[in-house]
Amino acid sequence: MYAFDIERPTTLADAVKLLAASDENQALGGGQTLIPTLKQRLAMPEVLVSLTAIDEIKGISEDDEGRLCIGAATTHAEVAAGAGKYPALAALAGNIGDPAVRNRGTIGGSLANNDPSACYPAAALGSGAIIVTNTREIAADDYFEGMFATVLDEGEIITEVKFPVPEKAAYMKFEQPASRFALVGAFVAKYADGVRVAVTGASEEGVFRWSEAEAALGSNFSPDAIERLSLSGDGMISDLHGSGEYRAHLVGVMTKRAVAAAG
Amino acid sequence: MPKDGGIGASSKRREDARFLTGTGNYTDDINLHGQAYVHFLRSDVAHGKINGIDTSGAEAMPGVIRIFTGKDFESAGSIPCGWQVTDRFGEPMKEPRHPILAEGKVRHVGDPIAAIVAETREQARDAAEAIELDIEDLPAVIDMKAALEDGSTKVHDDLSDNLCFDWGFVEENKQAVDDAIKSAAHVTTLELINNRLVPNAMEPRVAVGDFNRGTGEHTLYTTSQNPHVIRLLMGAFVLNIPEHKLRVVAPDVGGGFGSKIYHYAEEAFCTYAARELNRPVKWTCSRSEAFLSDAQARDHVTKIELALDADNNFTAVRTETYANMGAYLSTFAPSIPTWLHGTLMAGNYKTPLIYVNVKAVFTNTVPVDAYRGAGRPEATYQLERVIDKAARELGLDPIALRRQNFVTEFPYATPVAVEYDSGDFHRLMDKLESRADFNGFAARRAASEKNGKLRGLGINCFIEACGIAPSHLVGQLGARAGLYESATVRVNATGGITVMTGSHSHGQGHETVFPQVVADMIGIDESMIEIEHGDTANTPMGMGTYGSRSIAVGGSAMVRATEKIINKARKIAAHLMEASEADIELKDGQFSVAGTDKSVAWGDVTLAAYVPHNYPLEEIEPGLEETAFYDPNNFTYPAGAYACEVEVDPDTGKVTIERFTTADDFGNVINPMIVDGQVHGGLVQGIGQALLENCSYDADGQLLSASYMDYAMPRADDVPFFSVDHSNGTACTHNPLGVKGCGEAGAIGSSPTVVNAVVDALQSGGIKLDHVDMPVTPGRVWQAIQSAK
Repeated sequence: MYAFDIERPTTLADAVKLLAASDENQALGGGQTLIPTLKQRLAMPEVLVSLTAIDEIKGISEDDEGRLCIGAATTHAEVAAGAGKYPALAALAGNIGDPAVRNRGTIGGSLANNDPSACYPAAALGSGAIIVTNTREIAADDYFEGMFATVLDEGEIITEVKFPVPEKAAYMKFEQPASRFALVGAFVAKYADGVRVAVTGASEEGVFRWSEAEAALGSNFSPDAIERLSLSGDGMISDLHGSGEYRAHLVGVMTKRAVAAAG
Repeated sequence: MPKDGGIGASSKRREDARFLTGTGNYTDDINLHGQAYVHFLRSDVAHGKINGIDTSGAEAMPGVIRIFTGKDFESAGSIPCGWQVTDRFGEPMKEPRHPILAEGKVRHVGDPIAAIVAETREQARDAAEAIELDIEDLPAVIDMKAALEDGSTKVHDDLSDNLCFDWGFVEENKQAVDDAIKSAAHVTTLELINNRLVPNAMEPRVAVGDFNRGTGEHTLYTTSQNPHVIRLLMGAFVLNIPEHKLRVVAPDVGGGFGSKIYHYAEEAFCTYAARELNRPVKWTCSRSEAFLSDAQARDHVTKIELALDADNNFTAVRTETYANMGAYLSTFAPSIPTWLHGTLMAGNYKTPLIYVNVKAVFTNTVPVDAYRGAGRPEATYQLERVIDKAARELGLDPIALRRQNFVTEFPYATPVAVEYDSGDFHRLMDKLESRADFNGFAARRAASEKNGKLRGLGINCFIEACGIAPSHLVGQLGARAGLYESATVRVNATGGITVMTGSHSHGQGHETVFPQVVADMIGIDESMIEIEHGDTANTPMGMGTYGSRSIAVGGSAMVRATEKIINKARKIAAHLMEASEADIELKDGQFSVAGTDKSVAWGDVTLAAYVPHNYPLEEIEPGLEETAFYDPNNFTYPAGAYACEVEVDPDTGKVTIERFTTADDFGNVINPMIVDGQVHGGLVQGIGQALLENCSYDADGQLLSASYMDYAMPRADDVPFFSVDHSNGTACTHNPLGVKGCGEAGAIGSSPTVVNAVVDALQSGGIKLDHVDMPVTPGRVWQAIQSAK
C-alpha cells in the first residue's frame, strides 16, 4: 500500500465536499475490492473518504410505491437479514462471498464498482431498480456501461437503491471455482408488466438483459419457454475457467433454473 | 477398548493449544533488535537479457540502507541441487548455475533481480519502484515439447539445449519391454497431463538473518522442514560458512507439503546481508510473491502403454514422460520424476517388465520440486488411469482386473529396483468393497439419474515408497546427502524427558505422537515427555521431514535412543536393588526384581543417575542421556485402496464428490486420530488437484492463476465426509515400530480415484470418453461432453 489519509465523514454533505476537494480523493465503501487493490499498489489515492459512518445512507425501508429502498452503505449481511420483503434479493445478498465479505461489503460499493462478475448488478438490472445518488436518480437500464464502468460522475455518491418488488423472482449463480464470484449468474424477476432477466459474469460488456428470454417468459413463465433459446459465445468472457461458448450455454441453464426456483 | 495413552491411543494434539490460541512462535513472529527489511524486485517477464540495473535513484530514497544485485553475489556459490541424475547414456544431468540474484538474464516471472534493504518494508518497496531496469525481452519457452525442438530459445545459454536429462529405467529392460508390447494380446495407451500445482502452505515463507560480530556466528530463522539440510547446503555450498558458525532455526512452521524442504535464495540473501550490514535482515513473503517464488509441483506430460496377455495378465508397462524442471534445478527436483516416480511404476501389480523414460526439461517457469507425494502421485495416476481404460476396453470389471494382477507374496522384488517388504492388497480391497457399499451403488446411480445427474464409481490402488531413507540406496541413486534420522533422549533428574529430534514438525503432530512412543516404552505418562525440534543448536544432525519419514525413520531413531536409556537405567536399578541386571523388569515405570516384591520407581533411578551417591560409578557414567542415529535398510511401503463416487451435472459439467472411502495400510499406527487427520488432509489435496487446482502459464510465461481469484484451493464444501480406515495394517518388517508412514497416502491415492469416477459417470451417460485432464473443472467437463457428442 502507498500511504494515504483517511476521512470518515458522518454526513453525506461532508463526504461530497471531501471528494470534490481533489481528483486524487476516492470514495471507500466496504473496501472489498478497493483495499486489495491498494495492497497491490494498483491505486494511489491521496485521501480515502469512507462512506461507512454516514447513517443517512444506511438501512432498509419501504417507500410509498412499495419499493424496497436500501441505503448504499448497507452491508450484504444486513440486506440478507433485512430484505425479507424481497426474498430473492435477500438470498442473493446472503450468498455473496463469505461472512467476512458480507459483513463489510456494501450494495453501493458493489454497484459503483460494477465488477462484471458481481451479483448485485444482476439484481439491480433484473429488478429495474433506481439508483439514487447525491445528485440524481438513475434507472438501472441507463446505469451500467460495461466492465467496471457506470454513468457515475467523479465524486458522485450512490445514496440509495430502490427495488420494485416483483411477484416472483430468483437468482441462480454458477460459481467460478476459485473466486466464487459468478462465472454466470442469472436474475429473473416477474412483474405485472413483464419479466426481466439480467445476466452477470458472462459478457465482456458486463451485466446485460437477455431480452429474448424476457419476451418468451413474458408469455409463458416456465423453464420450457426458453428451452430452445440460445446465446452466442461471441462477446462472452473466455478465460481459464471457461470458454465464451460455455458461458453462453450456462446463461441458458442458470436462467432456466432461476425460473424454476422462482416457481 | 481405545487406549488412553501410549502407542495406539488417540491422544489429543498438545501443540494445538498454542496453534489455535495465537501463542505459536512462527518465523514472522521473530523480530530482532535493529532489524532491517528486504524487498525483492522480481522479474515481470519470463525471459529477458539484463542490459542494465540503475539503482542510483532508489538508493537515495528514504530509509534505504543498501541495494544488492547479482553482481554482489558473483563469488557466492550456486543454489545447490541435492540430487544428481545420470542419463540413459551414462552422462550426468545438466546443472546450470542458480544465482541468488539474477546474473545477466531473468529466467522466469518472479526471478529476483535486486534486493532492497531498508528501515521498513514499505520503504524497501517504494525504492524497488524507483529502480530503473533495462531488460530486453527474449522469447519465452513454456511448453516442454517446444522447448526440446531444434532452434528453441535456450533457458540457459551455456547449455547445449533445454534438456536437463533423458533418463531410462530400467535401461537394460528397454528392448524386452518393447518386444513384450509388440507381442501383447492387448495394449492400452493413454496420454495424460499431471497438472502443475502451487503448494500454498498456510504460512508463506519467511527468513530472518542475524550475525553476531562478537562471535562471528550466523543465525538464520526460516520456515523450513529441515533446518540441518539448509545449514549444510547454504553453509557449505553457497556462503562458505562452517556449520559450527551457522545456526538454523525453523520454529513453528505453518505447513510445508514439500515447498519448505528446499534451500531458497532468500534464505542465503538474509544470512549474507545480515553480516554485510551488521544488522538482522528480515524477509516476509507475500501470498502473491509465493505464487512466483515457492517451488511448484507435478507438471508431467505422459504417454503410458499397458500390455496384457490373452488371460488379462499385465505383461509390460512402458511410459514416456516429459517432466518440467522450471528455470532452475530446485534442491530435489531431479529425483522426483526419476527415482520417486520410476520405482513406483509396478504399483500393486506383478507386471514383469517395465520401462520408464523421462525427459526433464528447462522452461521459463518457476522451478518445480517435490510436493506431497512427489513422483508417486504421478506414477499412481498414470498407472491406475490406464488400468481403468484397459478394463473398459476389454469389458472387464476394474476391480477383478486389478485383483488378478496383485502382488500377493512378500517380500516382492519389483522390476523397478525396489523390494516391497510387506502388504496385503486383497485384504485392502476386501475392506474397501465392504465399507464402500458397492452393492448399493446401482441404486444410488439410479437416484442420481432421476435428478438428471450422472453418477460414477472410481477405484484406485496404490503403493508408495516412504520412510524416505536408506542412505546406501539413495546414494546409489544420486542423492548427495544421507537420509538417516537422529534423536537425543535426555532424561532429567526427576524423571521428565526431553527428546531432541532431527525430524521437524510443521503441522504433523510430532509433539504429541513422539511422546506416546517413549511413554509406552518406559511405562510413564506422556505428559512427562517433551519434544524439541527445529533448531540446529540443540538437536542432533537430522534430515528433517518429508517423504512420510518422520515416524518411520525419526521415530525409529528415538526408539533406539530410548532403548539405550532403558538399558542404562536397568543397570542403575539393579545396583540400587542389589540384584542382577538380568533379573530387572520394567513395567509401568517401575523396575522390579523378577520373582520378588523389590522395586524402584523410574524417578528413583533417574534421580540416582544425576545424584550418584549410591551408584555403580566404576561400571557406568552418571547421567541419563543417549543419542541414536537410525538408517534403515529399505523404504517402507504403505499401500491403499480407495473408492470415490461422483455426481456429474451434464448441464453445467460440475463434478460433486458424493462419497469417498479409503482402506489404507500404514503398518502399525501410533495415534489413529492424527492418522485420520493426515489422510483427510491428503485426500483434500488430491481432490484439489483432481478438480480445482490449475497452475497455468500463458505462452509468454505469465502465470494466469497467480492469486486465489483464479487458483482454486479446495474448501470444506468441496469435499464430502470421508470414510477412512487404516486398521489391521501389515507391519513394516524392518523398523522397530513396524510403521510405514501416512503423510502422503491421501494425496497419492485420491486424484486417480476421482478421475476414474468422473470417466465412469460420463460413460454411464453414453458419453464415450476415455479421459479428461485434471483439473476436471466444470468448463472442461462440459467441453469434453460437447466434443464427444
